[in-house]
Amino acid sequence: MLGRTANALFWMFRYLERAENTARLLEAGLRMALTRDVVTAEAEWRSVIATLGQQAAFEAAHDSYDGLAVWNFVLRGPSNSGNVRAMFAMVRANARTARTNISSDVWEAVNENWMKLDKLLARPVGQMAVGEVLGAVRRAGTQVHGAFDGSILRDEGYHFARSGTFIERADSTARILDMKYFLLLPSLSYVGSSLDTGQWEQVLRSVAGASAYSWLNAGQIEARGIVEFLVLDERFPRSLAFCRNALRANLAELARMHGIDGQCQALMREADNRINHLTVDEVFEQGLHEFLVDFMASNVGIANAIAADYRFHA
Amino acid sequence: MQGSPDTFDEMFDAAGQTRAAYKDYCRWFGEQEPGWLKRKSREADDTFRRTGITFNVYGEEEAEERLIPFDMVPRIITAAEWRRLSRGIEQRVRALNSFLYDLYHRQEIIRAGRVPERLLHNNEAWLANMVGFTPPGGIYTHIVGIDLVRTGPDEFFVLEDNARTPSGVSYMLENRETMMGMFPDLFSRIAVEQVSNYPRRLARSLAACAPPAFAGNRSRGEKPTVAVLTPGVFNSAYFEHAFLADQMGAELVEGSDLRVVEGRVQMRTTRGYKPIDVLYRRVDDEFLDPLTFNPDSVLGVPGIMDVYRAGGITIANAPGTGVADDKAIYSFMPDIVEFYTGEKPLLPNVQTWRCADRDSLQYVLDHLSELVVKEVHGSGGYGMLIGPAASRREIAAFRQKLMARPENYIAQPTLALSTCPIFTAKGLAPRHVDLRPFVLVSPQGIDITPGGLTRVALKKGSLVVNSSQGGGTKDTWVLKD
Repeated sequence: MLGRTANALFWMFRYLERAENTARLLEAGLRMALTRDVVTAEAEWRSVIATLGQQAAFEAAHDSYDGLAVWNFVLRGPSNSGNVRAMFAMVRANARTARTNISSDVWEAVNENWMKLDKLLARPVGQMAVGEVLGAVRRAGTQVHGAFDGSILRDEGYHFARSGTFIERADSTARILDMKYFLLLPSLSYVGSSLDTGQWEQVLRSVAGASAYSWLNAGQIEARGIVEFLVLDERFPRSLAFCRNALRANLAELARMHGIDGQCQALMREADNRINHLTVDEVFEQGLHEFLVDFMASNVGIANAIAADYRFHA
Repeated sequence: MQGSPDTFDEMFDAAGQTRAAYKDYCRWFGEQEPGWLKRKSREADDTFRRTGITFNVYGEEEAEERLIPFDMVPRIITAAEWRRLSRGIEQRVRALNSFLYDLYHRQEIIRAGRVPERLLHNNEAWLANMVGFTPPGGIYTHIVGIDLVRTGPDEFFVLEDNARTPSGVSYMLENRETMMGMFPDLFSRIAVEQVSNYPRRLARSLAACAPPAFAGNRSRGEKPTVAVLTPGVFNSAYFEHAFLADQMGAELVEGSDLRVVEGRVQMRTTRGYKPIDVLYRRVDDEFLDPLTFNPDSVLGVPGIMDVYRAGGITIANAPGTGVADDKAIYSFMPDIVEFYTGEKPLLPNVQTWRCADRDSLQYVLDHLSELVVKEVHGSGGYGMLIGPAASRREIAAFRQKLMARPENYIAQPTLALSTCPIFTAKGLAPRHVDLRPFVLVSPQGIDITPGGLTRVALKKGSLVVNSSQGGGTKDTWVLKD
C-alpha cells in the first residue's frame, strides 16, 4: 500500500472519531446546561470549549459562553477551522484519497453522511435542531464503522484505520478526564461530602459510558470508580486501557505483516511498561493530571512514529 | 414524437415510426407507467450523487464537484452497425499508431509529401526526446477515444481522435451499472453487449506492454506492476482515475509518491520503494518530467523520461502522442489512413478547411455564419465558434482572432448531428448526440469495447455535447445479433 494512502486511512478514521467524540461532548454539555442554572450552564459550556482546546478562537469571536454560540462555533463556526463540518469534510477528503483501498460500501457511507451533514450544518443550528444534528453526527460514525467492519479486507489498511481510531479515542477520553480531574480529586479526601454527581455524570455521558458505569457499579457514583472505569477497565470501549489494548493489537499485526518491529511498536512497549499494571490508587498517588499528561504525550509519540515507520510522508 | 425532417433521429423515422434498433425498447417504454419513469429519472441523480460520480469544474469555486447529467433513455446501435463502425475504428487506430512510429523515426509520410513538415515543427505536442526511440511493443496509443457523429442511416463521421488521455470511460461503466440497477427487466428482455469488463481488458492490455526491465520478472512468473498516475483529487477526472485504479486493482499514485531509484520509477509504499512497470498516466506530457519538460511541475516524476528511454518503464499513452490528434493533423487523417494501411478509410472525416491555407481561409471568412471554427489545439468545446448560433458581434470578434492567427484554426460545416430522444417532464424529446468508443491497443491487438460514451446536448437545438458546457450522457447499447 502507498504510504500516502496509509496516511489517508489513518486520518480518515481520526477525523471520524473526533467528529463523533465532539458530538458526544456537546450532547453531554447540552444536557447539563438544561438541568442547571445560568451560571453553572455557562461554566459547563466554557469547559466544553476548553476540552476542545478552542478557548482563544472562541473568545475572539464571542463575548460570553452562551450555549447557542458554543454549539454553533463547535459545529460550524467559520472562524473555527476545527469545526465538525470541517472534520467531516476531512473524513471525506481522506476517503477520496484512499478511495482505491476502501470498499464502495464505506465510500458511500462516508459520502452520503457528508452530504447530509454538510447540508444540516450549512445554516445556523437552532435550539430545536441541535439534538437532531448531534444525533446525525454520531450515526454517521456508526454507519461508517459498520460498513467498514463488514466490507474491508483485513490487510494493513485496516490496521492503519483502526490505529487512527484508537489513538484519537484515547486522546479524547484523556482530555475529557483531564478537564474534570480537579472535580474528582477532592472526593478522595472528602469521602461522603456533598458531591456534584451531575458533573461526573456529564463526564460519563461524554464518553457514552453512563449506563455501562451504572450497571457495573450498581448506580454508585464515586470518583475512584469513575477513574478506574475510564482509565483501567478493559471492557469499556472508550477507556484508556481498551484503546491501548486495541492499538497494541493493531500495531502488532502491522509488525507481523511487514516482518519488522518499528519505532511505534517500541514506543508502545515503553509506554506499557510505565502504565500497565498500575492500580487506581497508584494513578492518584502519581497525580491524575500528571498521569494523563504523560499518557497523551506518549499517544502523540506513537502516532508520529507510525507515520515515520510506514512512510506516510515523502 | 417526430424529428425535424433535416435531422436524422435514431429512434424515430420521418414518418414517426420506431426504427428497428429501438423496437424492443420502445415496446417496453410504452408499457411503463409515466409517473414511475419520472421517479426513476430522479432516482438516477441520487445514485450518482451518492456514489460520488462527479467531475470538477475549473474556475468555479462554488461547485467544486458537479454531476454530469444522466439521461435514462439508452442510445442503441445494432450489431451490424457496430461491426461496420468497429472495423473503421480499428483501421484508424492502427493508422494513428503507425503514423506516430513513422513521425518519430524515418518520417516517410513527410518525405512522400503527404503531410507537410511544418505541421510537426509548429506542433506543441511534438517531443524531440522521442525521436528514434521505440516504446515497449512499438505502441504509442494504448488507450484511444474516437469521437464519432452520425448524420444519416449509414453516415458516420470521425469528428476527433483522442490519442493523448481520453476520459469518460468511467461514465460508460457507471451509466450501465445505473441502468441495470434501475431497470433490470429491460436487460432480461433485450440482449445488450456488456461493457463491465472494460477495466479487466484495460488491465490486460496494459500488462501486455511491460517494459524490457520487466523481462526477468516475467520469466519468474510475476505479473507486471501497473499504476495509474493522477494529478490529484482536485483534477476534474479524479473520480475516473480512482475508479479505474480500483477496478483494475492498480495503485493510484501521484507525483509525490514516485521517485527514480536504481534506474526504475518507484512508488513509496509502507514497505519502502517498489518499482512500477507500466504507468497509466493521466497527467499531460508537459507535467510528466520536470527535468525534461515544465520545470515547475510537481505532478510528475523527475527523471522518468530517462528511465523510459532506458527501458525501465512503460508510459501509457506514450509521451508525444498528442502530435497525432490535433485538429490540423486531423484534416490529413484520410491520407494518413491510406498511406499506412493501403486502404481507403472506412470511416470518413468531416470536411475540414485548414485556415493556414490562404484559399481555405478566404472561404472560411466568407462563410463564418455557417461554419464551426475550432482552435487547432483546443479541447472541451472551449474557444470555438458555432457560426449559426453566434451573434453578429461574436462573429466579428472571432473574425479578428482568426485573421490574427489563421494557422491556429480549422473550420468545418455545421453538421446535422443525429438526435436521440431524452426523457423530459413532457415526455421524449430529441437532442443531438455524439459517440466516443474506447479502444485499447497492445502488442496482442486492438480491443474495442462495444458501445462507448454517448454524450448528449441537453439544451434543445444545441450541438455542444461537452460536459463542461452543460452536456449529459446516456447509456450506449450495442445489441447482440
